[in-house]
Amino acid sequence: MEQQHLYNYILGIADNNLILGQRLGELCGHGPNLETDIALTNIALDLFGQVRSYYQYAAQILGEGATEDDVAFLRKEREYRNVLLVEQPNTHFGYVIGRQFLFDVFHYLFIEQLQHSNDETLSAIAKKAIKEVSYHKRFSGDWIKRLGDGTKESQAKMQEAIDALWPYTQELFEMNAFEKEALENQVGVNLPELKEAYDEQVGQVLQEATLKIPENPYFHKGGKEGIHTEHMGYLLSDLQYMQRTYPNMNW
Amino acid sequence: MTVTEKPHIDTTLIPILERVSDPEIPVLSVLDLGVIREAVEENGLVKIKLTPTYSGCPAMDVMSDDLKAAFHKEGKTAEVSLVLSPAWTTDWISEKGKEKMEAYGIAAPLEASADKEVLLGEKRLVKCPQCGSTNTHLVSQFGSTACKALFQCDDCHEPFDYFKCLK
Ligand SMILES: [Zn+2]
Repeated sequence: MEQQHLYNYILGIADNNLILGQRLGELCGHGPNLETDIALTNIALDLFGQVRSYYQYAAQILGEGATEDDVAFLRKEREYRNVLLVEQPNTHFGYVIGRQFLFDVFHYLFIEQLQHSNDETLSAIAKKAIKEVSYHKRFSGDWIKRLGDGTKESQAKMQEAIDALWPYTQELFEMNAFEKEALENQVGVNLPELKEAYDEQVGQVLQEATLKIPENPYFHKGGKEGIHTEHMGYLLSDLQYMQRTYPNMNW
Repeated sequence: MTVTEKPHIDTTLIPILERVSDPEIPVLSVLDLGVIREAVEENGLVKIKLTPTYSGCPAMDVMSDDLKAAFHKEGKTAEVSLVLSPAWTTDWISEKGKEKMEAYGIAAPLEASADKEVLLGEKRLVKCPQCGSTNTHLVSQFGSTACKALFQCDDCHEPFDYFKCLK
């Protein structure tokens, strides 16, 4: 697979981790209670740990002394390839949990397959990450049930979040040119093939939670091509602030 | 229990490695924790392969620096590289390490199937490191660090950390 294309394929995976981790990081010190606050930031830490491995690999492909920080912080909005789902804001706790759950189920199915990549580095990262993501999925799934099958108010808020976020899930299974090329080279994952298991697993938890998947929504997409929702610019200005203000700073 | 490849470690380096501890669980050395996958000395250079417990564990950078410093103190130069594969599992924590962990107040990881049952709240199996009772319950799946869950003992009522099984 051509190196520049592989680089773009890696970003398509890694940027989801970075942007979702950033969203969860915003909640540090603002969680609804101490245990949840710690859990969400622990999940963010796992995602950041994984993304460092991906970006170190991407920086190696770029060469010329590029570092993981360059890849993480110094791109323009149009160059980030994360799906729209992960950049959606922390509107309320139902959204935080809904976004997490809808991503976690996909994330698990995805890295389960990525373990079999014939790219040794990607396979090693996936084998490491899958153990962590199984904990994430359990955490968010438990909360979906607790809020959905909870009080009248928590049920309504959880349903509101699912209604708002579900239209961003279709994009997870649509393949762009780099993803297709990666699949042809046995480097990447066949995304449409994950859809059936995804629908089944999500459906099962939502049913237990007395929640419904919205019917015939209008699905949004564009993130993989760098076309983001209006929230992304604000998120990036926060994320990139230190590197833009103090170029080349490090801890 | 899975049989894992034994790491290749030069016996002469063991005393130095034993002095480097996990910054978050200082009673455990890097050897107890099972994160050293290789340590060999070649032409005066010590080459170490370190594997992370969790991808985002901030202790890994500290361990890497501490390893270099410990060898520097002995007049040796150490080079530390991070390896991801095969992925670390809690099975690599030594028996001695698990005992030290318990004495320090952290419940050691159970086997995978038992771990799942306690984290799902189906069974009470985690032993309170204070009084030894297994009448304990899960408070939160995530504790003070990513590798631990928070538990409470229903006999002596002490809260404590449980080191989650990772396999
Ligand atoms: Zn007790």
